[in-house]
Amino acid sequence: MNQEFRCLSAIAMLGYGIPCESLERGIACNPHMIGADAGSTDAGPHKLGRGVPDVSKDATFRDIRLMLSAGRRAGAPVIIGSCGGSGARTHLEWTWEIVKEIAAQDNLSLRVAVIFADIPHERIGAALEAGKVQPLGPVPALTVETLGRTTGMVAQMGAEPIIKALDTGAELILAGRSCDAAIFAAPAIRHGMDRGLAWHMGEILECGAMCAEPGSANDCMLGTIRSDSFELQPLNPKRRCTPASVACHSLYERSHPTISFGPGHRLELSGCSFEALDGGRVKVSGSRLREEQPIRVKLEGVAPAGFRTIVVGGVRDPIALERLDEITDAVTTATREYHSHLRPGDYSLRFIVYGRDGVMGEREPLAGQIGHEVGLVLDVVARSQDLANSVCAFARSQLQHYHYEGIKATAANIAFATAPSDIPCGEVFEFSVYHLLEVSSPAELFPVEIRELG
Amino acid sequence: MMTVRPNTVRLRDLAKIVRSKNSGPFEITLDVVFDDPDVYRAVRDTNVLTRQLIADLYGVTPDRVMVAEYFDAAMAFKATLARSISSGGPGETDTYGGQQAAPLLDVMIPYGDHQ
Repeated sequence: MNQEFRCLSAIAMLGYGIPCESLERGIACNPHMIGADAGSTDAGPHKLGRGVPDVSKDATFRDIRLMLSAGRRAGAPVIIGSCGGSGARTHLEWTWEIVKEIAAQDNLSLRVAVIFADIPHERIGAALEAGKVQPLGPVPALTVETLGRTTGMVAQMGAEPIIKALDTGAELILAGRSCDAAIFAAPAIRHGMDRGLAWHMGEILECGAMCAEPGSANDCMLGTIRSDSFELQPLNPKRRCTPASVACHSLYERSHPTISFGPGHRLELSGCSFEALDGGRVKVSGSRLREEQPIRVKLEGVAPAGFRTIVVGGVRDPIALERLDEITDAVTTATREYHSHLRPGDYSLRFIVYGRDGVMGEREPLAGQIGHEVGLVLDVVARSQDLANSVCAFARSQLQHYHYEGIKATAANIAFATAPSDIPCGEVFEFSVYHLLEVSSPAELFPVEIRELG
Repeated sequence: MMTVRPNTVRLRDLAKIVRSKNSGPFEITLDVVFDDPDVYRAVRDTNVLTRQLIADLYGVTPDRVMVAEYFDAAMAFKATLARSISSGGPGETDTYGGQQAAPLLDVMIPYGDHQ
């Protein structure tokens, strides 16, 4: 075993724009791998539902090209996790097309490993019957009905499928949906490093320079793992890691401050220590990993929830503001009566009131307070786009002209921010599956395919 | 001789970071992070930040607060709320969960004022 293994995190999210100077400094440190995460559930269920990314093709092209060039110069494999935003087959193929264009343009020959993470419904149907599917956190139990509505489903791979891909000698690994940390943990574990340290370092590196001060999702970070610790090193002189900034980042977007789970493991950070080194570096030790049986992988699935049309506007008239609930209730009633021929569930109509409780909804403790104006979003979701458009148009006209007691502004109750006022948003989705699936092997759901270019 | 006068201070005047974020599509996690070990310990030892406080602030029952714990190494308190509608679903209005920490800012902390 070599004494240390160096991971270069190019950026927190592929396509955010890798900074060239930081990348150069990273290459100069002779990394053993270069990685970037490309996906998350954060932006919402539509990415998996529609099969779309949330960064542009041009931005993805630029960042992968920089990473491939860096990988060639460092003689290190490039690993991209959760390709295309959600890591389903459509997202992988979208990314693959971009890689082909880069290879053609730069005349590259390249061995690429593509790791799929799509999960067939039959697999989950059988697992449900066998009692091998459990909710992850505050999620309803998965039913056959919910599974039936689910149109896109992936599982998060751990380190093992990526290790298999590395064993093929691939220079570029396009991984489908992955645990964010796995792209860094896998090569370090394959190199013989401690699994607890490797996963903890991966959890920090996957966010680029977010663990530094000032933090950034758009910058590189070097992680060096040794036998009993790992070290984080910013690659931009503007940033430094401090014990507080790194420890604080260990909390980021996780349910529990010191415990997290991956396929077949539980990572415990309660015994960690964070030590300042020179040059804005921080040394971390004490991350402990416990093997867990049975092995469980995280499933993510989405189901169609209809089609949306919205109107964005504002109300400034103080008399209308005093009667806002009356106005929106009247619009809701008139819309329901006009559409009495429709079945319940054919459409839903909501008012989001910014300036009152638009951001926090039922969680808002100050919902009784209102400013001198409010922003209003009329949000209609219906079983087809045509129906959403037509319900929204009706409700909007009612909102515009509803005559309340004491009205003085008899021309219109709302100022529209756009013309046309009604904005069709297309199909919407909801997360329907967020569960753990028991598996017998951590690699069984994630086939590796080798593709040669040039 | 030094005396301690009980005082109350807003959490925003003691903490370095008060933030919220998704932790998966069905949860919102709240982080309160301090940068001074004395301040951190003083706040922790008041026992003001509890599961019940989070439940009260966000109008939910305590069983919807999945976690409410301190992490000494990070000088931080973390609480995690169950969402009633998953992130990005119809009717949910903070997809990333990034704007849900505001009610914590003005929590009043009894804070010894040395004089």
